[in-house]
Amino acid sequence: MTEHYNMPDERGHFGPYGGIFVAETLMPAINELNEAYQKYMQDAEFQRELDADLQHYVGRPSPLYYAKRWSEALGGAQIYLKREDLNHTGAHKVNNTVGQALLAKRMGKKRIIAETGAGQHGVATATVAARLGLECVVYMGAVDVERQALNVYRMKLLGATVVPVESGSRTLKDALNEALRDWVTNIDDTFYIIGTVAGPHPYPAMVRDFQTVIGREAKQQCLDMTGRLPDALVACVGGGSNAIGLFYPFIDDASVKMYGVEAAGDGVETGRHSAPLCAGKPGVLHGNRTYLMADEDGEIIETHSISAGLDYPGVGPEHAWLKDTGRAEYVNITDDEALEGFHALTRMEGIIPALESSHAMAYAMKLAPTMSSEQIMIVNLSGRGDKDMHTMAQREGIKL
Amino acid sequence: MSRLEQRFAALNAAGRKALIPFITAGDPYPEFTVPLLHEMVKAGADVIELGVPFSDPMADGPVIQRASERALEHHVGLRKVLDMVAAFRRDDEKTPIVLMGYLNPIEIMGYENFANAAARVGVDGVLTVDLPPEEAEDCVSLLKARNIDQIFLLAPNSDAKRVELMDKVGSGYLYYVSLKGVTGAGHLNTQDVEQKLAMIKQHTRLPVGVGFGVKDAKTAKILAEIADGVVVGSALISKIEANQDDPEQARSEIIELLSSMRQAMDSDA
Repeated sequence: MTEHYNMPDERGHFGPYGGIFVAETLMPAINELNEAYQKYMQDAEFQRELDADLQHYVGRPSPLYYAKRWSEALGGAQIYLKREDLNHTGAHKVNNTVGQALLAKRMGKKRIIAETGAGQHGVATATVAARLGLECVVYMGAVDVERQALNVYRMKLLGATVVPVESGSRTLKDALNEALRDWVTNIDDTFYIIGTVAGPHPYPAMVRDFQTVIGREAKQQCLDMTGRLPDALVACVGGGSNAIGLFYPFIDDASVKMYGVEAAGDGVETGRHSAPLCAGKPGVLHGNRTYLMADEDGEIIETHSISAGLDYPGVGPEHAWLKDTGRAEYVNITDDEALEGFHALTRMEGIIPALESSHAMAYAMKLAPTMSSEQIMIVNLSGRGDKDMHTMAQREGIKL
Repeated sequence: MSRLEQRFAALNAAGRKALIPFITAGDPYPEFTVPLLHEMVKAGADVIELGVPFSDPMADGPVIQRASERALEHHVGLRKVLDMVAAFRRDDEKTPIVLMGYLNPIEIMGYENFANAAARVGVDGVLTVDLPPEEAEDCVSLLKARNIDQIFLLAPNSDAKRVELMDKVGSGYLYYVSLKGVTGAGHLNTQDVEQKLAMIKQHTRLPVGVGFGVKDAKTAKILAEIADGVVVGSALISKIEANQDDPEQARSEIIELLSSMRQAMDSDA
């Protein structure tokens, strides 16, 4: 690519994707947020405060770890893991919540709301709200409340109110609907911290900007450690925030291939999956145009994945654009394959990954042997697996 | 002139205000809807807003969400709603029908396919909750070419600039949602509404309907004195929800409420 990548446009479009598709009641709030975002991203004092928080509170930079034993066993590319699992709260989500919370504070908002799937974003939001002394309400699908009980407890300890959402499929998308309803109703004093690169503009761009610290660090670390750029990047994609955070700083580096890994659940061919980029079509949901899983009437289809964090029928609009332009490739990994990735990393490197990240690990296991041992692959280890112990044990018939 | 423009012009000439009921198509079952539409017209409805069920009704409160869920259990989506409009049109060529819903069903059908189908069955207006005027150009021009109006929502926090934008892009009427929040919430402050309507009227030539929070004949009358139309939705759908074992009872309660609103709106007292 000779031209410098510069997306989105001023109204949040990535080609035909993105934009602002919300009810009129939300428009003034979106405009207010957009103005604040534009202003503070250029504001040196804001950036200094953000950088200090990322260093001292989140624990950045996160290491780029050379998985030597695993690379040798797979017999192909040299695998480096970007250790977002070592962040405070155990996943990449906190990079974004720290940033948005600072923005909320600057905007004088007293109340924070969030949606969450696996609970990682909810925990990361409750964490920053506790630190800033802000009221925090987290919406979570009732199904997810059940399968992520540990994170629900963590949020409550942090002082957040967790509201189980009983409507629709009772998962992440319904939590997002409910959070939007709350925002419409309490617009004056409430800041909505969206956890992924979806939602209306400016969220996809703003969340990306807060997450690109992953890719910026990884690029510099890779150059320092190996003297060159990586050949491939691999990251799991639900909404797609950890993936875009890793990909974005490499978009202009044409030699770097990018692979986004969607959740195939029981297999894309069964229809029980969460892979809109691989098996969906463009539509409009939750404020933006993107690839979706919908039926012939445009009703949103229920998704399936072993990982609550990937269980979402849409995907960030920038991924839709990167797919159409061919800059990134989107693949999928089934529940069973993800479990293989989970066990492989745990046994080969002594690192227990989140089930979300395990999808990226599983694809790395497929891709690495097709590459030469001279080549370098960076895999985003977006979160740690502690929260999934219950799901894993249940799946393997073990009582904890 | 579109059917909506004709209707508002005739009401204006007669010194009357529009009564605009909203129901969700297919709630509580598909065969319930078309006969109810005819009865609502007899009870004094001037324009009907027909809700297209959607799996993710982000701007709606629990009452309309559950109406959507009941209709979706019977697989009533955009295509079946269009069939219902066609069936209604066989016996009523005059009453304007506005489809109200979310954008994704229209996106998936395709704007042009949708505009053609809507024109063919006799849809007069389309109100898409999550399609703001900034993104509406493609859809509006296809609808306008077929004499179908795109209706936009105005909120309490919409400023004069936004009213002017909707006046420019929209047609038929503007729908002022008089409460912040989702449908069916809270109660109405008519004084606030009056002030807001005065501002809106300065910036648009379109008729303005008011909705969100209209529960009884008294409120309908007060709003009819300051607006061009009164929209009533959740209050009607609550009747369906309260009488799920007895749809006939629901039907008669809906008609009773609408008739009382009509009477109140037309009386001088």
